[in-house]
Amino acid sequence: MITAGIDCGAKNTKTIIMKDKEILGKGVTLTGFDQVAAIKRSFEAALKDAGISESDVEKIGGTGAGMEDITQANFKVNEVKAMAKAANYYFPSARTVTDVGAEMGRAVKIDEKGAVLDFAINEKCAAGAGAFIEAMARALEVQLEEMGPMAMKSDKEIPMNAQCAIFAESEVVGLIHAKTGKQDISKAIHDAMASRIVSMIRRIGVNKDIVMLGGVGQNLGFVNSLKKQLEVDNILIPEDPAYGAAVGAAMVAAEEV
Amino acid sequence: MAEQVQESEKKQEFWRWTESNWKNPDINWQDAKIITAGIDVGSVSSQAVIITDGEIYAYSNMRTGSDSPESARNALNYALEGTDMPEDKIQYCIGTGYGRVNVPMADRSITEIACHARGANFIYGNAVRTVLDVGGQDCKAIRCDEKGKVINFLMNDKCAAGTGRGMEVFADLLSVPIVDVGERSFQVDKEPDPVSSTCVVYAKTEATGLLRKGWEVNEVLAAYCAAMAERIYSLIERIGIEKEFAITGGMAKNKGVIDRLMKIVKLDQMKTKWDTQIAGGVGAGLFGWTLVQKGKGRRQ
Repeated sequence: MITAGIDCGAKNTKTIIMKDKEILGKGVTLTGFDQVAAIKRSFEAALKDAGISESDVEKIGGTGAGMEDITQANFKVNEVKAMAKAANYYFPSARTVTDVGAEMGRAVKIDEKGAVLDFAINEKCAAGAGAFIEAMARALEVQLEEMGPMAMKSDKEIPMNAQCAIFAESEVVGLIHAKTGKQDISKAIHDAMASRIVSMIRRIGVNKDIVMLGGVGQNLGFVNSLKKQLEVDNILIPEDPAYGAAVGAAMVAAEEV
Repeated sequence: MAEQVQESEKKQEFWRWTESNWKNPDINWQDAKIITAGIDVGSVSSQAVIITDGEIYAYSNMRTGSDSPESARNALNYALEGTDMPEDKIQYCIGTGYGRVNVPMADRSITEIACHARGANFIYGNAVRTVLDVGGQDCKAIRCDEKGKVINFLMNDKCAAGTGRGMEVFADLLSVPIVDVGERSFQVDKEPDPVSSTCVVYAKTEATGLLRKGWEVNEVLAAYCAAMAERIYSLIERIGIEKEFAITGGMAKNKGVIDRLMKIVKLDQMKTKWDTQIAGGVGAGLFGWTLVQKGKGRRQ
C-alpha cells in the first residue's frame, strides 16, 4: 500500500511517500503564508520524486501546526503520535524522542512499539525552538547553516543570562561589542537553547535510546550541546530528521483502516 | 531613487523616544539642607534625579548605552545641565535599576522594587497601594503600604512579552514611531482580536501574516496593544490589585496598552504631573535623603 504523510510546519512543509515500510520519495517547500499552496507544492514535489501520480496514493496522513489546511488528508495525526511512530520506525530501540522544529520543541517517552507513554511540549516560547538560533544568527550576521559548524569550533563555556530570544539578541550584541569571538558566541547560543530542551526532556525522564527528529536535528552544533548536557554518548538521528513527523503521519495513515 | 528611499527608512529608529531633562524653577538649591541623587540605570533607559530636602529639584531621562557606568555618568551630567549646582554638592547618591551595581558615583545601591514603590508613593501620593512598573526589559507588580514600603511583589524579567522591548520590536516591524503607537492603535473601525502568540518572536510572525491578509497597520497595533494589556494583567492579577492603582515606567505613556489594561482592571488609574519614567530615580533619591537625615550620610 502506498501512503503519504504531509507535515505542514511553521517554517517548512514536508511530504513523504511510503510504500509499506519503504520511503519512495520526499518533497519540502517553505510554508510561507499560504499554507494550502505550500501543502500542494510539497505533495507534488514528493510525488515527482517517487515517480508516481496522485491516484497511486491510497491514504494520506496530515500533521503539523497547519494540519487543518491539509484537505487532502484522510487522517489527521497529532505531532506527538507522529513523532513516536517515526522514531520507532527509524530506531526500534528508541525510548525518548525529542523533536525540535522551527517554532516548537517536544519530548516524547515511548515504548518498544512506538506508543506514547508521556510527553512535554513547548510551542509558546521561541527560547526552546529553532527560531531562537535563527534570531541569534541574524544578530551575529551569519547564515543559519553556519551557526552549528561555528559552535563546534569552540570549547568555551560562556553562560547566557537571557532566556528570551528578544533579550538574548541584545546580549549577543553585547558579547560582540566585548570582542567575544563569533565561534564562542555561537557555542553559547547552542548551549543556552540545549538547556531549554534538556529541562523539557528531564520532565519526562531520560531513557535510552534517545532519538532526535525535526529540522534542528541537522544542526550538529546543537546536537553536541544536547549530548553534553544530557550526559549521553549518543543521540540517534535519521538522515533527514526534518521529515520525522511526515514519516510518522504516513505510517499512521497506513495503519488506520 | 527607490532604493535610496528604502535605505533612509531602514536607518530611522522607530523605537527612539525623546530624551529630556527638567529643573524645578521654584527651588533654589542653595537653600537646601540636604541634597541627594538617585540614579536609575535600567536596561533601556536611565534617569538621574536630584532631590533637595525631599523635593524633586532636577532630573534627566535618557537612553541607556552599552556601558552602564557611562550611562549613569551621562544621566547625572544631563540632570545637572541647566542647573548651576556643582556635582560635589550632592551629599549622597544611590544607584538603582538593572545596572545599579555599575553606578560609579553611588554610595550604595537599592533594588528597583523598593525604589519604584517609594517613588510611586511620592509622584502619585501616599494613597498608592499597587504599583505596576512596565520597564524596558521587565514588568513588576508591587504592593506597598502608605509609606511606600514594599509588602509583596511579582516580576517578569525572563520574557519580552509584556515589556517595553516587545513594543519596540513592534514599532520597528511596523515602522511606526514608538510614541505614536498608542494614538494610532485607536484609529481603527473595530477593535480587533488580540495577537494570539505570547512570544514576541512568534507575535512578529503572526503580525506579518495579518498584514499580508490585508490588515491595516493601525489594526495590527491595536491587536498587539490588546495582547500586551492581557499579558500585563496576568501578572498584576496574580498579586491582587488593591486601590489605589498607579503605573510607572515608560509603558505608562502608551495609552494604547494602558487604556486597554484599565478596561480589564476596572479601576481608575491615578494621575500624576510627573514623568512616569523617573519613579525609580525619585525613590532612590528619597532613600538617600532619609539616610542623610538619620546621620548615615557620607559627606558633610
